[in-house]
Amino acid sequence: MTLRVNDLKVYYQTLRGDVHALDGVTFDLADGEIMGLAGESGCGKTTLGKSLIRLDSRMRHVGGTVELDGKDVPIGDDRAMVPLRYHEISLIPQYAMSALNPTRKIGRMINDLLRARGVRPADIADELRRRLELVGLDTDVLDRFPIELSGGMKQRVVMVMSTLLNPSLLIADEVTSALDVSTQRAVAESLVEFRDREYIKSMVFVTHDISLVYQMADTIMVMYAGHIVEKAPASTIINAPRHPYTQMLISALPEVGTTTEQGRLEGIPGTPPGLLNPPTGCRFKERCPLAFEKCNERPPLVEIEPGHLAACWKTG
Amino acid sequence: MLELSHVHKVYRVGAFGGGRLRAVRDVSLKVEAGEVVSLIGESGSGKSTIGKMVLGLFRPTSGTIAFDGTDITTIRGHNARKAYYRRVQGVFQDPFSSFNPIFKADRVFEMIRSSYFPGISDADWRERVLKAVGTVRLDPENVLGKYPHQLSGGQLQRLLIARALLLDVDLLVADEVISMLDASTRIDVLNLLADLKERGMAILFVTHDLSLGNYVSDRSVILRKGAIAEMGPTVRVFENPLHPYSRHLLSCVPQLHRTWAEVDAELEANPPEDVELPVASDDVSAPLLEAEEGHFVGIDQG
Repeated sequence: MTLRVNDLKVYYQTLRGDVHALDGVTFDLADGEIMGLAGESGCGKTTLGKSLIRLDSRMRHVGGTVELDGKDVPIGDDRAMVPLRYHEISLIPQYAMSALNPTRKIGRMINDLLRARGVRPADIADELRRRLELVGLDTDVLDRFPIELSGGMKQRVVMVMSTLLNPSLLIADEVTSALDVSTQRAVAESLVEFRDREYIKSMVFVTHDISLVYQMADTIMVMYAGHIVEKAPASTIINAPRHPYTQMLISALPEVGTTTEQGRLEGIPGTPPGLLNPPTGCRFKERCPLAFEKCNERPPLVEIEPGHLAACWKTG
Repeated sequence: MLELSHVHKVYRVGAFGGGRLRAVRDVSLKVEAGEVVSLIGESGSGKSTIGKMVLGLFRPTSGTIAFDGTDITTIRGHNARKAYYRRVQGVFQDPFSSFNPIFKADRVFEMIRSSYFPGISDADWRERVLKAVGTVRLDPENVLGKYPHQLSGGQLQRLLIARALLLDVDLLVADEVISMLDASTRIDVLNLLADLKERGMAILFVTHDLSLGNYVSDRSVILRKGAIAEMGPTVRVFENPLHPYSRHLLSCVPQLHRTWAEVDAELEANPPEDVELPVASDDVSAPLLEAEEGHFVGIDQG
């Protein structure tokens, strides 16, 4: 078991009180597993990704534990996290294209980063070249400035950079959202290739695009308003979701080939609850057609069939 | 209703504007009343430039854009422009930046009233606003009198469409209107566009997302590097893509029930027949060839 997250709670501190962005999240990630983390904006998916590597100044670790390869990850202790970052846990940020220093050549930036982490650049220079070629980049890019690369190229540079030390866990946050469809496919396929070659042991792929995550992930976890609603193998989430939220979300997605003439798709009425004073019980109950009295109690995340977990009183 | 013929747009680029970039190359297309036309393309394909030229925000370098027979570049003077915008309006990608955060969101309606309907009574106006807000399926109680930060992106986007409805426009240019919305509200805005189409409004729907492009539209135009790669009835373009670029694009779209590997395997098993593509006689023209009725393919740009 690579990653084990148990009842993790991370709140944002604001002047008006705590925003319960991540409120009791429990899941496991197996060796070699690519988990897609899907949900709408404000559901806590980015917060979860960030919590696993670095809490920013507004985020507070309220409770719960994270374990990686059997060792505790001290996510609340910024200093203690330093040796883990990049070596064990690495991140491809949401705006990777603007994550590069515009005044440094790519090669020099990578060397700076390696030295800062106590690694001699010469030791992995060959590996670096090999990986750049693997993602379809010429090694010339090392002598170029970020402005000389296209968006897709920058994204691939950041990908190679983030995984250079073979981290155990990679967090990829919306890495393909700003790319064109054909580049998107190339980037997504390279990430899978990285896992297959064991450059990374496991990956959390954060995205709002469920049809993309279906193409590459082994499992999909769906979040809603700070809670996990469902986790299952990718094809189960798409073809046989059990939680009402997942079902409604999947049926609201137009596909290539669906038109209004063949019948209209339905959205989900209402909006997600505010997380400053979140409602008690199931957070989807306001918008859920199946809601009944018991939904005022929080439904536990239970395994309804092997590998398929859902948090709903109606599916248990 | 709207007709573009041989429209080009060349931008000056680089230091001191010495370079030239042909953002739109020889584009000719038509949008009829009650029809949704999708302009689909990747970044740099010229799709937004076309939308902005139709809205009169940029002038074409050459070619004509005619709206009901009048060339829109000949529209001069404040009143004539105002009359044009009475009939043609745009809604853009980021609803948050379309509102002034200092004022309440429904100020956009007041602006319409003061410019276009100064004589109308308060009661009549209120009734019209309520009707427009109802048409976009918003609850007036929840949205009127609120500030932009109190509303969601989907609500703001629908308010902007309601604003266009107040004017009862004939043509709506919807430039990536749903890319910033969440999956569960996205479909509501798309369904709303379909309703407007049934009321006879023409919509130019600019998008980079192929699956959204085909959900509402009657005809699709796939653009590449400023030129039309393929144009035709949406169903034909998606079922029988003829241009190699459209085929490549469609094979890269992530689908919900088919993986990329399955799509590739299928393409390999039944390779599509090659289609004869038109050849451009110079660097600026982009002729189209009619492969089947109403279904055109464009030049190959490598």
